[in-house]
Amino acid sequence: MKKHYREELGNLKETVLRMGGLVEQMTHRAIQALVERKTEMLAEVDAMESQVNQLHIDIDEICLEMIALRQPTAADLRFIAAAMKINTDMERIGDQAINISERAQFLLTVPPVKPLIDIPRMAEIAKGMLRDALDAFVNGNDALAYDTIHKDDLVDQLKDQVFRELLTYMMADPGTIPRALDLILVSRHLERIADHATNICEDVIFMVKGKDIRHQGPLA
Amino acid sequence: MENALQVKDLCAWFGDHQVLKNITMDIRRNSVTSVMGPSGCGKSTFIRCLNRMHDLTPGFRVAGDVLFDGRNIYSEKIDPVLLRRKVGMVFQQPNPFPRMSAFENVAVGLKFNGKKRSRAEMAETVEKSLRMAALWDELKDHLGRPGSSLSGGQQQRLCIARALAVEPEVLLMDEPCSALDPMSTAKIEELIEDLSDKYTIVVVTHNMQQAGRISDYVAFFLLGDLIEMDKAAKIFTNPADKRTEEYITGRFG
Repeated sequence: MKKHYREELGNLKETVLRMGGLVEQMTHRAIQALVERKTEMLAEVDAMESQVNQLHIDIDEICLEMIALRQPTAADLRFIAAAMKINTDMERIGDQAINISERAQFLLTVPPVKPLIDIPRMAEIAKGMLRDALDAFVNGNDALAYDTIHKDDLVDQLKDQVFRELLTYMMADPGTIPRALDLILVSRHLERIADHATNICEDVIFMVKGKDIRHQGPLA
Repeated sequence: MENALQVKDLCAWFGDHQVLKNITMDIRRNSVTSVMGPSGCGKSTFIRCLNRMHDLTPGFRVAGDVLFDGRNIYSEKIDPVLLRRKVGMVFQQPNPFPRMSAFENVAVGLKFNGKKRSRAEMAETVEKSLRMAALWDELKDHLGRPGSSLSGGQQQRLCIARALAVEPEVLLMDEPCSALDPMSTAKIEELIEDLSDKYTIVVVTHNMQQAGRISDYVAFFLLGDLIEMDKAAKIFTNPADKRTEEYITGRFG
């Protein structure tokens, strides 16, 4: 029967975490498939996406019902508002993982341009950021959220580095252009995942401190 | 059976004035159903019909069926006293018997109602009822205090314990929190949610937020008509009827 308010809040937290775990895993698998050249792994990414889509709907429904039925205030209200926004960012991360998987579909049918080094590094950082962002959300840890936001610069730098490096390959041999472009897109998708993780951190800081730090330029 | 109560075409009159018009609804077992609506919509009259509280009201007349466990409670074969044991009631103003101790208040229903019990059995039932009403821990060392010396919120939980002591199946509550402060209200609301594991609860409330917090199902009454009944989440996020929408968004009522 009906659950207590606190249980419902706990349930929401768990559901957000479950979805976060899935999109992280999607990213992980898509990159792993690309690096280890295992096409069959890509099917797993698709399978996880349908679960993510369902959770996307579920989380919004839970939040909307709680607002309508429980009239949350103060910290509870900020928590639910944050959960709704984080929900959107997580769904987009899932979409980016699907984009990576689609690039991989093509890249795994052709010989590699070069060994992949920076892309797996980007993926590690982006996944770590997502993990930390969700950890900060669950534990209301704004310090961790701030630290995580700073890591976004690293991902941006790596993306530029990947671009510059692949540019040299394309200039040297135009036959590499389709493959190199797809790798550039993969790095772009990873960079977007890190951006979404940054958004989650901003929502966490608002949730904990009630302070909106968005659109204020570089953090001190 | 899924439904504890089935109401079919229930109409009620005070003299010439019809206050309920062809109400048909099922009340699901082990759930909380809230009845809400503006003053005079018939919500209190409605729940009082569910255990025949109007029997002695002069000029009151009822038509239609209220089936409890499949039997019409308005049939001549039904003993209203037995019915009210199975379908208990808690009122807006806490009404413990003022001269009885807390213990006696809970035990009184058992004394008047049903078989002889030993002192130990009685004590056991009182404890169990007070525990279910989330009052035991506060009261266990003060069971001899007069019921009227308790706080309003405690009195109301005492009345709930008294109603639970006779082991009802359905608990009717007519605005059980409107005389209470927010903390006591929160306790009663939590209690209602817990009790719905074992009991079928029907609550009249004019507090929409409360209906949202505690209910599985919500029925909206207006001028004697049942406008809409649905899951609480549906009513408060996307009601089917425009009048329900207007009421819950505060446009009238």
